Amino acid sequence: MIVELGHFALVLAFLICLVQVILPAWGAQIGEARLMRVGEPAALLQLGLLIVAFGALTHAYIVSDFSVSNVWANSHSTKPLIYRISGVWGNHEGSMLLWVLILALFGAAVAAFGSNLPTTLRANVLSVQASIALAFLLFILLTSNPFTRLDPVPLDGRGLNPILQDPALAFHPPFLYAGYVGFSMAYSFAIAGLIEGRTDAAWARWVRPWTLAAWMCLTVGIAMGSWWAYYELGWGGWWFWDPVENASFMPWLAGTALLHSAVVMEKREALKVWTILLAILTFSLSLMGAFLVRSGVLSSVHAFAVDPQRGVFILGIMSVFIGGALTLYAWRAPSLRQGGLFAPISREGGLVLNNVLLTTATGTVLVGTLYPLALEAINGAKISVGPPYFNATFVPLMVPLLLALPFGPLLAWKRGDVYAALQRLMIAGLLAIGAAVVVFAFVERGPWLAPFAIALGVWVVAGAISELLFRARAGNAQGAEVLRRLGNLPRSVYGTAIAHAGVGIMVIGIAATSAWQSEKILTMRPGQTAQIAGYELTFKGVAPNDGPNYREIIGLMTVSRGGSLVTELAPSKRQYNAPPQATSEAGIYVALAGDLYAVLGDDAGDGAWAVRLYFNPLVRLIWIGAVIMFIGGAFSLSDRRLRVGAPSRRRPRRPAPTPAPAE
Amino acid sequence: MTRRRRRGILIGGALCVLAVAVGLVLMALRDSIVFFHTPSDLTAKGIPEGQRIRLGGLVATGSVKRGQGADVEFAITDTAEQVTVRYRGVLPDLFREGQGVVTEGKLEAGRVFRADTVLAKHDENYMPPEVAKALKEKGLWQHGVPPPAATTPQTASEKK
Repeated sequence: MIVELGHFALVLAFLICLVQVILPAWGAQIGEARLMRVGEPAALLQLGLLIVAFGALTHAYIVSDFSVSNVWANSHSTKPLIYRISGVWGNHEGSMLLWVLILALFGAAVAAFGSNLPTTLRANVLSVQASIALAFLLFILLTSNPFTRLDPVPLDGRGLNPILQDPALAFHPPFLYAGYVGFSMAYSFAIAGLIEGRTDAAWARWVRPWTLAAWMCLTVGIAMGSWWAYYELGWGGWWFWDPVENASFMPWLAGTALLHSAVVMEKREALKVWTILLAILTFSLSLMGAFLVRSGVLSSVHAFAVDPQRGVFILGIMSVFIGGALTLYAWRAPSLRQGGLFAPISREGGLVLNNVLLTTATGTVLVGTLYPLALEAINGAKISVGPPYFNATFVPLMVPLLLALPFGPLLAWKRGDVYAALQRLMIAGLLAIGAAVVVFAFVERGPWLAPFAIALGVWVVAGAISELLFRARAGNAQGAEVLRRLGNLPRSVYGTAIAHAGVGIMVIGIAATSAWQSEKILTMRPGQTAQIAGYELTFKGVAPNDGPNYREIIGLMTVSRGGSLVTELAPSKRQYNAPPQATSEAGIYVALAGDLYAVLGDDAGDGAWAVRLYFNPLVRLIWIGAVIMFIGGAFSLSDRRLRVGAPSRRRPRRPAPTPAPAE
Repeated sequence: MTRRRRRGILIGGALCVLAVAVGLVLMALRDSIVFFHTPSDLTAKGIPEGQRIRLGGLVATGSVKRGQGADVEFAITDTAEQVTVRYRGVLPDLFREGQGVVTEGKLEAGRVFRADTVLAKHDENYMPPEVAKALKEKGLWQHGVPPPAATTPQTASEKK
């Protein structure tokens, strides 16, 4: 009954969406306020109905209602509660339902907090947002209905792929989707702006916090996925340049560019035409990500059972939304009013450089990801584009970006002084050179480029701190006064500095672990000892163990350093009951200098086992960097001046229906 | 500086970056792409020894042999031809006889493929598209049905 209610709510949401697409946009066209006002209640109702639908599916998962085909295929009665819940989005149908739910959530946010937006803009935004939801609801209802019943009812479910039964992966999809779908806001605003032929600082003031929120979610989502791959897949790697990873990375890169160009538009009303294009492209890349992941056209190590037929539908959605948007852009963008002037060396110029490099980098990732598809379509050759390609294209583009990064915030708007900025960055530069020298002198092996990569990371971190100190005018004051001034800096300044420092920390982690990772593959008998990165690891044998829904063999290892015991590691090989599938759990010891990482391989006979050992220096900094970037975003988002829904200082041209409270 | 000149500098700069990127991409695409082949292709297309390729197909039933230490030897088949693969390392969890597999490495003398990577998958029912296509062309596999020599009868009977 509850399941049918969910199904019914889904159909109703589709109908409401249809109304929300047509009436507000029509009203905006003919200037009829009553029609435009339909948008808000429709958006809220749509959200309510989708919450009901999602709740119904979640309920079916929690009570293990195996009469629902989707629950049967992806759940099992012995599964722990948290994985029964995460199983809702651990499959295609449920994840699409989550997708439209988040889409509706963003739409409802415009309806609820958008009272300070111009009426027609709000109506058009809600219409566009609903049209995206409409397409995906149709997709769900026609090809991926999660509420299909089974008759007769099976006794038990088939279970969730055990590799997905993991805390990091339980929350990876919601964050990732919040990021992907969050960019739909930028898209809807871009389309609405193009329809009206007018965008201004108020437009950017709205788009920026939403883009920032989406970007934060995507950052955490990607980092979680990477962290999961690191400890769950047992390869000791954190990024594989796999198509599925690239599918999430491209919107992130474009979204990062959008975030920065929206700043220029908000502060200086420049780069309008470009920002709109970037908003369209960012969401287009999100849609393409959904297509690549869901259709399975590309060979990926992360791919789960996929269905090419559904891919065609998503391809259709993609063509309509990308093609339509770009056509509208080509038609309307020339009519947008030009914004403020700026010299090439200026804050704006720095942000343009950021945009050029980031979008070009996105382009290289796009080419690398799609080239196999294109080549196969042309001459039937099947190829794969792996890490060497990305190291040769993407990485060289990041070097100038990171070199230029600390300069950006130190340049003035309109016309900047690069020499003054260089002076302020003197200490950061010296620290970076010092770091390179120290690494060069004390670390023996590794590629010669590695010290420079470390220096680049130090440069970015020190540059971010320099910016804060410069803004607090730390040069001409004593300790307490500097602290007071630091405390008075706006949060968005902290946001920028923290996020940039996060980038630098991540760069240090990436450089260190790529350059100095040690790996050993060996067969060990009980009592045997192996040396890695200064640790002595002794294999004690294996022991069987029973978990809630799996059986495992645990490899017992002790780790010591210089004769004293450091820790014990217990990597295991698990065999899950439902579905019957094997997984490896790595044993990881986290130290300040890096991770000691052990994987138990196959039984080599005579009590000996294959063992794979890694030492990954500073690898944690990669995810810590991502978290710091997230925190930076949160700081910026909490700034009073950009708070979501906060009244804009500049009043919209048409008076808003409710008077904005004084700031 | 006029508006036109400023814009000229910006566009010129952007084009420079783009040109560098295009150059990098073209160079990288020439040097670092890896072609996928099935065992039959190796003979038909005459793949030279030492060229880095991906070899995919099904793991031949009964072919997995463990050697010294972490050395493993198995055969990849597309049912027409078979190639012996040698690999040193820990095999992915879902590596199994009768299942689809993709390996990356170089062909050595005596038609032995020395793999340095055996690609793991996350899902029992997943078949890499290249392998799926190669097998489909031979009429051996269709979507949604486990490969012919699958060792897990549960998935065969339960898949709709």
